[in-house]
Amino acid sequence: MATSTPSAPRTVQGPATPPGRTPPRRRRVSPGAVALYTVATLAALVWLVPLLWAFATSVKPEGETTVMPPSWLSANATFEAYASVLARGDVLRWTMNSFITTVIVTVLTLVICVLAAYGFSRFDFRGRPALFALVIGGILIPPQTLIVPQFVLMTQLGLVDTYWGIALPQVVAPVFVFILKRFFDAIPRDYEDAARLDGAGPVRVLWSVILPLSRPILTAVGIFTFIGAWNNFLWPFIVTNDPEMMTLPVGLGTAVGQYGIQYAQVMASAVLGAIPLLVVFLLFQKHIVTGVAGAGIKG
Amino acid sequence: MTQNTDAPAPRTAPGSATAAPRGLVDVRRRPSSWTGLWFVLPFLAFYALFLLWPAVVGFGYTFTDRSLAGGDISFIGLDNWSESLTDAAMYDSLWNTLWFTILSVPLMVLLALGMALLTDHARRLGWFLRLSFFAPFVLPVTVMTLIWGWMYNPSLGLFNGTLGRFGIEGPEWLFSEDTAMFSVVIATAWWQVGFNYLLYLAAMQSIPKDVYEAAAIDGAGAWQRIGRITLPMLTRTTALIAVLQLIGSLRVFEQIYLMTNGGPNFATRTVIQYIYDSGFVGLRIGLASSMAYVFMVLIIIASVAQFRLFSRKEG
Repeated sequence: MATSTPSAPRTVQGPATPPGRTPPRRRRVSPGAVALYTVATLAALVWLVPLLWAFATSVKPEGETTVMPPSWLSANATFEAYASVLARGDVLRWTMNSFITTVIVTVLTLVICVLAAYGFSRFDFRGRPALFALVIGGILIPPQTLIVPQFVLMTQLGLVDTYWGIALPQVVAPVFVFILKRFFDAIPRDYEDAARLDGAGPVRVLWSVILPLSRPILTAVGIFTFIGAWNNFLWPFIVTNDPEMMTLPVGLGTAVGQYGIQYAQVMASAVLGAIPLLVVFLLFQKHIVTGVAGAGIKG
Repeated sequence: MTQNTDAPAPRTAPGSATAAPRGLVDVRRRPSSWTGLWFVLPFLAFYALFLLWPAVVGFGYTFTDRSLAGGDISFIGLDNWSESLTDAAMYDSLWNTLWFTILSVPLMVLLALGMALLTDHARRLGWFLRLSFFAPFVLPVTVMTLIWGWMYNPSLGLFNGTLGRFGIEGPEWLFSEDTAMFSVVIATAWWQVGFNYLLYLAAMQSIPKDVYEAAAIDGAGAWQRIGRITLPMLTRTTALIAVLQLIGSLRVFEQIYLMTNGGPNFATRTVIQYIYDSGFVGLRIGLASSMAYVFMVLIIIASVAQFRLFSRKEG
C-alpha cells in the first residue's frame, strides 16, 4: 500500500520517460517491500529444505546420519557415500538406460507427432475428421489403465526387459499432436505458397518452412517429452525385471532395500538421481518457462 | 500399401509441368487426397498398436479368467465385472483416490497462486524463486519418495527430530492410518506444484503493465491491485490449472506406492495400485482389466464434465 504512494508524483512526469517501464525504483526501501522480500526468501528456502537435507545427509559419515537431534552440518563431511554408491555401478547403469530410452522416446515422439500434426493441419484426405477425433479421444484414456494388456502385448512381442519395450508404448502422445496442430494451424499459408511456387513438395515445405517457424513449440514439446520419459515410473517398472535393464527411477526404487539403513548412501543415490534433470533444467530454464506458457495459454 | 504409392505418382507427373498453377489454385486443400494420410500414418500405427489394440484386447480380457501365470482361459461372462463392482476393497481404493484428489487439488492450486504472486512481485529474486519452486518438478518420483521417506522417518527423520528439539513428539507420518494420506499429499504438493506455478506465473506476466500503472495512478495499493486486477484476470488460468490438477490427481499412483505401498492397512491404496495388485501380484488379468475399465470410464466422465464446464466459462 505504502509502496505505491511515493511513485504517484513521479508518474506525472511519466509521459516524458519512455512508457512501458515501471516507475523508477524508489530509493527508500518501504516496509512493504521488506516484508515481501523476506517472505519470498523464506518461502524459497523452505521449499529447498528437502533437497538441502538430502545433500546434508549424503555427505555425513554413515555413523552420524542417525544422531538425534539432527544437525545440518557435520564436522567430518565426506563423499564416502557417493564413492560407495558409484562403486556398485548400478546407478550409472540405470542412468545410461534412462538416457537411451529417453532419447528414443523423445526423437520418435517428435517425429511422429510433427508428421501427424502437419498432415492433419495442411491436408484434406478421406476420413480426416474421424481420424483426428480418434486421436483427440486418446487424450482422455489414462495410459495407466492399459498396463495389463500392454504388458501382455510386450510379452508376446518378446520386448520385456528391452529398451524398445520400455520406449515404444511411451511415444503415443495424442496431446502433442493436438498442441502442434494448433500451432501449425496458426502459421499463415503465404509462406508455404511462396515455397510451393518454387516447386517445394510437402516434405520440403514442412522441413524448411513450418519447422523453422515452430522452434519454440518444438523445443517445449521436446523438453517435456524428455522430462516425462526420464521420470516415467509405472511403465518401465512393469516392463523390466532385470536390474540391468531398469531405468533410473525404477532402479532407485530398489535402493532402500539394497542399502538398508545406510541413509547416507540412500541420500547419495537420490542426489545422483536428481542431478541429470536438474542440469537439464538449469540449461533450458528459459525454454521450459516459455514452453509452459505457450502450451498452457494456447493449449 | 503398394497400391497407394502408385496412386500419387501419375498425378505428380502431369502436375510437375504445371507445378505453379497447381500451387496457386489449391494450396492447402488436397495436393493429393492421399498425401496427408502418409504423414498421419506413422503416428496412427503406433497409436493403434500400443493404445487402441491394448484397449480392445483388455476389454476382451474382462470376460475371461485369463491369468498372468498362463493356463487355460475360459469365458466367464460378466463375473469379473460384477466382482469389481461389488468389491468393498475396490470402493475403498476409489475413495482413497478421491480423498487424495479432494486434499491435493485446492492445496496445489492455492500454493501455486501464492508462489506466483510472490515471484511476480519480488522481481529481483526472480531466478532464485523460479529455481527453488520449480526444481522439485523435474525430480524422478523415486528421488522424491526417498528424500521424503527419510524426512518423515518417525524416529530418525528431520521433522520429528526437529520437533523433538522443542520437546514435541511428532506424528508417525507415513506409518499411521490417520496421517499417511496427509503426508503423501504434502510431499506430492512439494514435488508437483511447480508446473501449476509456472502456468500462473506466465499468465500473470502476460497481464499488460499499463493496467497496473493506471490503477496505481488511481491510488490503488498493492493488495487492491492483486484483488481487483490480477485475480480476476486469472480466472481462466485458475480453471485450466484446476482441471489439469484434478485429472492428474485422480491418476495418482506412483508416489503413494513407493512411500506407503498403499498402507498402513490399505489406508492409502489407490485404484491404480489395486489394478496393479490384482493383475501383477494376484495375476488375475481379467479382473484387473475390468477394474481398469471401471476406472477409465470414471476418469473420462470426470474429464469430459470438466472440459464442458471449462469451455462454457471460456465462452
